[in-house]
Amino acid sequence: MSAKHLQHIEPYSPQSGTMIPGGFVKFMRTCVIWQLIRFLIINIRMTKLILKSHH
Amino acid sequence: MAKIVILGAGVSGHTAATFLRDWLGKEHEVIVVTPNSKWNWIPSNIWVGVGQMKKEDVVFELAPVYEKIGIDYRQAKALSIHPEGGENEEKPYVTVEYTGQGKEGQTETITYDYLINATGPKLNFDATPGLGNGKGGLGDYTVSVCTADHAVHANEELQKVIAKMKAGEKQKLVIGTGHGMCTCQGAAFEYIFNIDHELRKAGVRDKAEMIWLTNESALGDFGMGGMHVRRGGYIASSKVFAESLFAEHEFEWILGTHVTKVEDGKIHFEALDGEMDSQEFDFAMLIPPFGGVGLKAYAKDGSDITDKVFAPNGFMKVDADYTPKPYEEWKASDWPKTLQNPDYPNMFAVGIAFAPPHIISKPMKSPNGTPINPTPPRTGMPSAMMGKAVAQSIRDMVTGRSDKPTHTASMSEMGAACVASAGAGIFSGKAVSMTVYPVVPDYEKYPGVGRDLDYTTGEIGLAGHWIKHLLHYAFLWKAQLKPFWKIIPE
Ligand SMILES: Cc1cc2nc3c(=O)[nH]c(=O)nc-3n(C[C@H](O)[C@H](O)[C@H](O)COP(=O)(O)OP(=O)(O)OC[C@H]3O[C@@H](n4cnc5c(N)ncnc54)[C@H](O)[C@@H]3O)c2cc1C
Repeated sequence: MSAKHLQHIEPYSPQSGTMIPGGFVKFMRTCVIWQLIRFLIINIRMTKLILKSHH
Repeated sequence: MAKIVILGAGVSGHTAATFLRDWLGKEHEVIVVTPNSKWNWIPSNIWVGVGQMKKEDVVFELAPVYEKIGIDYRQAKALSIHPEGGENEEKPYVTVEYTGQGKEGQTETITYDYLINATGPKLNFDATPGLGNGKGGLGDYTVSVCTADHAVHANEELQKVIAKMKAGEKQKLVIGTGHGMCTCQGAAFEYIFNIDHELRKAGVRDKAEMIWLTNESALGDFGMGGMHVRRGGYIASSKVFAESLFAEHEFEWILGTHVTKVEDGKIHFEALDGEMDSQEFDFAMLIPPFGGVGLKAYAKDGSDITDKVFAPNGFMKVDADYTPKPYEEWKASDWPKTLQNPDYPNMFAVGIAFAPPHIISKPMKSPNGTPINPTPPRTGMPSAMMGKAVAQSIRDMVTGRSDKPTHTASMSEMGAACVASAGAGIFSGKAVSMTVYPVVPDYEKYPGVGRDLDYTTGEIGLAGHWIKHLLHYAFLWKAQLKPFWKIIPE
């Protein structure tokens, strides 16, 4: 992973004890084509949840 | 003919009232008592709080909507419930005090056959010295996003801080909870991410130190004991993802805090280890603790039965198991199903107004005995589903289909979908889209994690922002009873 994503992390700080996303993960978060697919998937998930929750 | 009175026109009360009016014939009366003249889509207050939306974008006038559908609207706040009637009144009734409609300050009694308490939370700023103004309102030192007006004020203060940063000054921004027993961490979570997003857009993020101060003992707890999701072949806790997001966005975090006092520029707190500490700030948004709105209850002879009808925190008792028991013995079945009051079967409480049997997260105390743990969240989707389920039960009781509630909405048997905004922008926005099932973990049914992992999910991305934006329009559309409002799910 490029140092760019890590340069604000202090060694031994609480922030250094977790996972830091790299460039690809960050890019995919706002990649329109991928997010259109995610949009459909999240909507299906939420619909399934609503159907399961109504009694 | 039945008369149904709904106290509170927020998410749950408005849902119950509009469905009841739609389902029941005109021979039945549906009356809504609520002190506000406007309905507020509260989740979008976050965007008002960072200047991305105006107050007018998140509210609408209730009166025309209620007139259109035939709901008798009283702009008033309920003061007391008389579930057995009174000296000169055989029927149960509520006393209310007008806050509008030209009758400000006048009191009135309204009889009912069925009552739904949907009064939501009292924003108890005064529980923490300095967080409140001593008169029940927000104090001078911090801001809030809990109401649309608060959010407008929050944005004004935020813009001042941004102006200082643009002039080269470093600023400390503290976001989180203002008491050891707060809930609604999700709103504070959204606010810190939205501020971060706006500061980056303004090119001043390097001038800001951003600190998350919370009563949660772990990041990602959200008052529901956190959650687990499948990711990359692992089953991982929301703690891992929340820490990752906070580290990525350069937030510091202070966990397990009970804010004891707020002064100008300084927050004093007790930590879970018992230490007393403080945190300086230039700008702070701290969520207040929630309590019941302070309704009283009286028996037929006028004696005070508030303790019988309401729990000590002011929320109304319903069909939950309130027997005090240790955490290890808590069960999903402790949670109410029909939301009916055990003593007065024609009375129900929905949304934030019902008394939970206990908290959801594991209880924590400092060595000084101060409880420091989030209280249970009752977010929009469960609140609306409770409103609808109770409306269905009342409809069936009114029409003689049943003499008992026919529908249930237990938080241990329902899920919640929540989209937490992490910044607005049609191509640059992001939000965390979460689904969790059930809201109250059921460790007997789902050992280890308490949740069904097929229905418990979470991810961050632009798609979430689109959904959040769509929900804004969809729920405002639905609440205004515009065409096809009934097909938009709760
Ligand atoms: C800033 C913020 C952001 C949020 N974001 C989300 C989100 O993204 N997703 C989500 O699911 N949830 C979110 N929530 C939570 C959501 O707003 C609540 O779950 C929901 O509003 C609860 O509904 P309710 O009907 O119980 O209470 P409310 O919606 O608060 O309604 C209570 C109503 O009762 C009225 N009332 C008060 N006192 C009286 C009285 N004495 N007599 C009669 N009426 C009275 C009030 O005026 C109000 O109209 C957020 C909350 C906040 C504060």
